[in-house]
Amino acid sequence: MDYEFHWNVVFQNMPQLLNGAFVTLHVSVLAMLLGVVIAILLAIAKMNNTKFFSQVATVWVEIARNTPALFQIYMAYFGLGAFGIHLSPYVAVLSALVFINAGYLTETFRGGFQSIPSTQYSASKSLGMTSIQSYRYIILPQMLRRIYHPMTNQFVWSILMSSLGILVGMSELSGTTQRLQSLSFRTLEFFIVAAVMYFVITKLVLFGSSLLARRLFKGEI
Amino acid sequence: MNSLFTPLSWSDSGLILTGVWNTIIISVVAIVVGTVLGLIVGFLRAESNKAVNVLFGSVLDVLRSVPLIIQLILFSTFVGAMGNPLAPFVAGSIVLSLYTMAFMSEVFRSGFESVSPSMQIAARSLGMTKWQTIYHIRLPIGLRAVFPSWLGVSLSVIKDSALVSVIGYMELLRTSEQLISRTQQPLEILIGVGIFYFIISYPLSHYGRYVERKMAI
Repeated sequence: MDYEFHWNVVFQNMPQLLNGAFVTLHVSVLAMLLGVVIAILLAIAKMNNTKFFSQVATVWVEIARNTPALFQIYMAYFGLGAFGIHLSPYVAVLSALVFINAGYLTETFRGGFQSIPSTQYSASKSLGMTSIQSYRYIILPQMLRRIYHPMTNQFVWSILMSSLGILVGMSELSGTTQRLQSLSFRTLEFFIVAAVMYFVITKLVLFGSSLLARRLFKGEI
Repeated sequence: MNSLFTPLSWSDSGLILTGVWNTIIISVVAIVVGTVLGLIVGFLRAESNKAVNVLFGSVLDVLRSVPLIIQLILFSTFVGAMGNPLAPFVAGSIVLSLYTMAFMSEVFRSGFESVSPSMQIAARSLGMTKWQTIYHIRLPIGLRAVFPSWLGVSLSVIKDSALVSVIGYMELLRTSEQLISRTQQPLEILIGVGIFYFIISYPLSHYGRYVERKMAI
């Protein structure tokens, strides 16, 4: 083995890497929040009786689920250029992630909603609850319990997939790593550190999510 | 006046077909190798005691929690720095297969664990040997139960194979990227690429959901 590791340059550039990690986290949080909002709308649209709405939702879901994430990012970054829309790398990656998150979460939400028997709604109505009350106290808490884990997985997935920003020159964790290694040629060192950082971020998110679950659901999940 | 860019023409179809072929071949390799390794690891994990499980689990956990793109770059620079660089196809197949294995092993483990112990005891009491129990009882029942999840992982591998382009493998998305930089017609080319992935993935994912629904009843 004639490769010598030089870690100094990595430690000197730590602030930039941490900054990249922050951008990674921030783009995936944003992608998740927007994805959830759109997915709720799409799930409602998909269960709607108006054919137009349910078809729009179906097309969105199927495209998002059946094409690679990299394809979506290229589409946002290069493809939209044909319409004169030029997105920055950040916005391109964000919109691709939002698109995919929304697609996957729609099915999660719909499945979660349909797994609650409608008799529970009737039962709560017969107990004298209003519509809003039965959703607030009966339907939604149970639904949240069922979709919590799939949602956490989706969030972890978007953190990992935001690493594709490297291919369109975005300055999140892997993009920053790529830029720094091209300045110093310490490719291995930089990418090892990046891998460790992704691992730590993922683990922290999973840990935080299980803490939150314990608080929200009091252990019964 | 001659433009710097030449539009898309029929003579490009050879290049596109090479990309399609390369995507198919690397996905098939990764799915086959990943399934075989995943089956072995999944079985060992279902069988073994807690200490071995934790060890196996943490290695697999790393493969699942580091982005595939970072794993690809790390592996190909690592073997390069060690003095024997591998061809993009070989390096890509190794990383993608291991990545697939990490997900497949979980799928198969849950399959093996879904076969109830009493069924195994019943098989043993009928005079089957340990291997006969595995071969005739646990494998068929366990594998049937996880077929939809197996299909799901395989489909995501086909989609993830697009990432092997970062280490220089000429799969479909990379050939299309090169065509885009020559022709400056991103939309037409990308839509074509999207349709290709969609045609493969859509029917299979529907079939998976159909099987799942059929088994649930």
